[in-house]
Amino acid sequence: MSSESTFNPADVKVILATDCGSTTTKAIMIEQVDGVYRQTWRGEAPTTVEEPFADVTVGVINSLTEIQEVSGRRLLDDQGRIIRPATADEGCDIYISTSSAGGGLQMMVAGVVREMTAASAKRAALGAGAIVMDTIASNDKRRPHEQIQRIRELRPDMVLISGGTDGGDTKKVTEIAELIAPAKPRPRFGKAYELPIIFAGNEKAQPEMNRVFGDGGFDLKITDNLRPSLEQENLGPARDMIHDVFLEHVMAHAPGYDKLMSITDAPIMPTPGAVGDILQTIAKGRGINAVGVDIGGATTDVFSVFDGTFNRTVSANLGMSYSISNVCAEATLPTILRWVHIDMDERELRNRVKNKMIRPTTIPQTLEALVFEQAVAREALRLAYKQHKEFATTLKGVQQQRTVGDTFSQQSGGETIVDNMKLDLLVASGGVLSHAPRMHQTAMLLIDAFEPEGVTELAKDSIFMMPHLGVLASVHEQAAMEVFERDCLVYLGTCVAAKGAGKPGKSCFSWSLDGGSRGSGELQFGDLEHVELGPDESAEIEIRPARGFDVGAGPGKVLKRTVRGGTVGLILDARGRPLALPEERQACRSAMQKVIDQIGLYPAAESTPVTQESGSSD
Amino acid sequence: MAKAYTPGLKVSASTEHEAHRILPIQGEVKVAEGDLVDADTIVAETFMDGDVTPLNVANLLSAQPGEVPGLMLKQEGDSVEKDEPIARSKGIFGMFKNECKAPASGTLQAISKTTGQVMIAGPMIPVQVKAYLPGRVDSVLPGEGVVVKNTVTLIQGIFGVGGETSGRIVIATSSHDEELRAELITEEMSGAIIIGGGRMTAEAIQKAREVGASAIVSGGLDDSDLKQILGYDLGVAITGTEKLGVTVVVTEGFGEIGMARRTYELLSARAGRQASVNGATQIRAGVMRPEILIPVEDGSDFDGDAIETESGVLELGTPIRIIRDPFFGMIGTVAALPEAPQVLGSGSKSRVLDVALESGDTVTVPRANVELIET
Repeated sequence: MSSESTFNPADVKVILATDCGSTTTKAIMIEQVDGVYRQTWRGEAPTTVEEPFADVTVGVINSLTEIQEVSGRRLLDDQGRIIRPATADEGCDIYISTSSAGGGLQMMVAGVVREMTAASAKRAALGAGAIVMDTIASNDKRRPHEQIQRIRELRPDMVLISGGTDGGDTKKVTEIAELIAPAKPRPRFGKAYELPIIFAGNEKAQPEMNRVFGDGGFDLKITDNLRPSLEQENLGPARDMIHDVFLEHVMAHAPGYDKLMSITDAPIMPTPGAVGDILQTIAKGRGINAVGVDIGGATTDVFSVFDGTFNRTVSANLGMSYSISNVCAEATLPTILRWVHIDMDERELRNRVKNKMIRPTTIPQTLEALVFEQAVAREALRLAYKQHKEFATTLKGVQQQRTVGDTFSQQSGGETIVDNMKLDLLVASGGVLSHAPRMHQTAMLLIDAFEPEGVTELAKDSIFMMPHLGVLASVHEQAAMEVFERDCLVYLGTCVAAKGAGKPGKSCFSWSLDGGSRGSGELQFGDLEHVELGPDESAEIEIRPARGFDVGAGPGKVLKRTVRGGTVGLILDARGRPLALPEERQACRSAMQKVIDQIGLYPAAESTPVTQESGSSD
Repeated sequence: MAKAYTPGLKVSASTEHEAHRILPIQGEVKVAEGDLVDADTIVAETFMDGDVTPLNVANLLSAQPGEVPGLMLKQEGDSVEKDEPIARSKGIFGMFKNECKAPASGTLQAISKTTGQVMIAGPMIPVQVKAYLPGRVDSVLPGEGVVVKNTVTLIQGIFGVGGETSGRIVIATSSHDEELRAELITEEMSGAIIIGGGRMTAEAIQKAREVGASAIVSGGLDDSDLKQILGYDLGVAITGTEKLGVTVVVTEGFGEIGMARRTYELLSARAGRQASVNGATQIRAGVMRPEILIPVEDGSDFDGDAIETESGVLELGTPIRIIRDPFFGMIGTVAALPEAPQVLGSGSKSRVLDVALESGDTVTVPRANVELIET
């Protein structure tokens, strides 16, 4: 593969990147303009993994051809090859790609203890961009024959096994391997395909793995223990091995990927893995904590970086079209209707949800349909984030020194590391967030679902460029960072929210912007306020919370911070945290109506389905 | 003039159809190329590994794992019966020996001296594949299965629950939009494929179950009724394995909606014929829709309009159906195709079209929210 090709980052002037999705291949061109890297052109074409093409590079070339046509820059030679290196008006210096075509990377993971090595294995697989089909563990409450039955039903691309600390007991992890081997899990691709098994457990158990999986039908790969000691998690080698196996086995079986791999200047990455990488790069570069979410039709991915620790979760059945019915089943309709200020008929809504599921490509035509769809989105995001918080925890099983103050605390590791008060940046992507008619709606969807506390910047991925930049970061970090800041993110603004509970009408916090010269005020508990602050603006805010409320400096303590503006501006949220909406339906509707009025969330309801002039769009 | 209602959904009076009948793992094909098969003919058969039951002999006999091979009364490859002793401890001075009994019948598959674990594989489980579609075996895939071919009337539904079944077509309603109620279903419909027009009620599905009908097909279904018959709220549209006692197929969608007139006429013209029905639906990753297959010699006995295909171009006058509220299910023709995107009531910008409805009214809807009805 040409991924071994070397280049001097300073010489790179033009970069092409593609993301081969299940349905669409999206290409972007990045150029150095006035010494700074900018995303300049984009193109897209249908992905061509299926017949009649059965060659992913056809879609890649088609998407690059579109860029060539709109930019006027010749990128492909007469044989359809990418011209490299770049000259003044031809070709590019680097070509890179990500892929989620063909259902992405599907894995089964196993470990000895569900909350410890199995959880670490799951984190490694998710971090590498995989969909984890199931997690097998000695204590997963299934009997061994039930576990074997389950392993048989799955058709993973590969299996990751962990278990035991280095030098510790080998028996338990061998038992797990002995369950997997006779179950003979069949891979998704082809009968001749040997199922890759990655072992990242106790190094002393490696000979046992060779014995158990040596009989054929498996391709055993051994890497460093991902939990060498209870206090230490070492996911890097396992993630790297997953990427290698993904390229060698999974990608090699997908049509045209051998060709694609031969023309990229960096290894192809699974799309979600690349998104995770760019978020980590940005969090590290800016020294911040960040959360990213990508809500699709079928699944919702949540990524987080807190204090340098990265986590990713995939909520497989939370999405806005294929999975919309599941969101309604999990959240329940009354919970979804908390976010709706108008009267809706439950029977009618249930039928609408199912009709969206069976015809996933339709779009909301009326304001009422949009309000309902955004209510469902809030619940899908809320559930996905809840799952993420439960997964992104400190290591379990770690012995902790306790002080007298901890005597009454029962915590023994495993607490979530997701802390909304420490969250600095929340990034949204996915149709329902990116294509909301008003950016205010995107901002409120994020605030209602994620409930950020203190001061949090809100942004959205403009054209879903994060995958491209993730793989670019692996070869040219500076270019990835510059494009991320300038072209990838659209800053919506900043949310300031007080943690705590109070009574409606009582003071929550007061605020002033730039010493009061750009506005000031006081919010009662339950209020929201929108303050204009443009995309290229920032201001000094002073927030004085009432007793019992915390905006980041501690309960009742004054906070001074620089806040960033955006297309929406500042949203000051005095509804308290955790966010509690009134239980009674009528009171809840009134509360939502107040939010809509205070933020200007929706235009006045239209009686006709289509208006020719009114409304706004982004 | 009639036609299919969704890009991807086929409704055809007469078409060559291939049913791929493949075993999940390698096995034996029981028929030969050119054979005539019925829906119930077994075309391929195999045996899957039986249930594997692990047993930790070391723990049970309080022995070290390394000692287990020496304590075994049965060896790898031996057959064992349930409750038969398979291992015995050495005891103390030959006394107080403990025995370990087989928890299940089968074959002793593996003995581990690392973990002291023993695996017993249960008897092989037979797996049979039926022809499902009556017809001729067109080709044999050695060790895997067959392709059965026939000329059929093919109707794809939009959603279904329940698996493969067969029976004769019986029309229960008098029009394409009459609600399919319980009182329209009679004892004589036992084993039949019941065809309704409009929405089918939960009571009608329950009655179809009670009379022993094979399948029930109609235009619409309320989601609350679906929940009632399934006993749970369906989350993800991957169906086909439900054991309801009757296969349910919806041709148009959820709610009060009549079956497309031409689909109904086509099914009516096939009344009394044998049909194969499968409710299996998978909307994500490799779309699979429910189907009704009715073998016919040719399509000449249907005097309606013949083949309806699944794709086409929107032009002025093209018949279409609206597939999203607020006009869900309404049929009309394209009256205008404005070039520029317009702002919808929702505030979104989208390309739209004007639809002249059958009622005489004209409405504007997003292009994403219509399906073609080709002529």
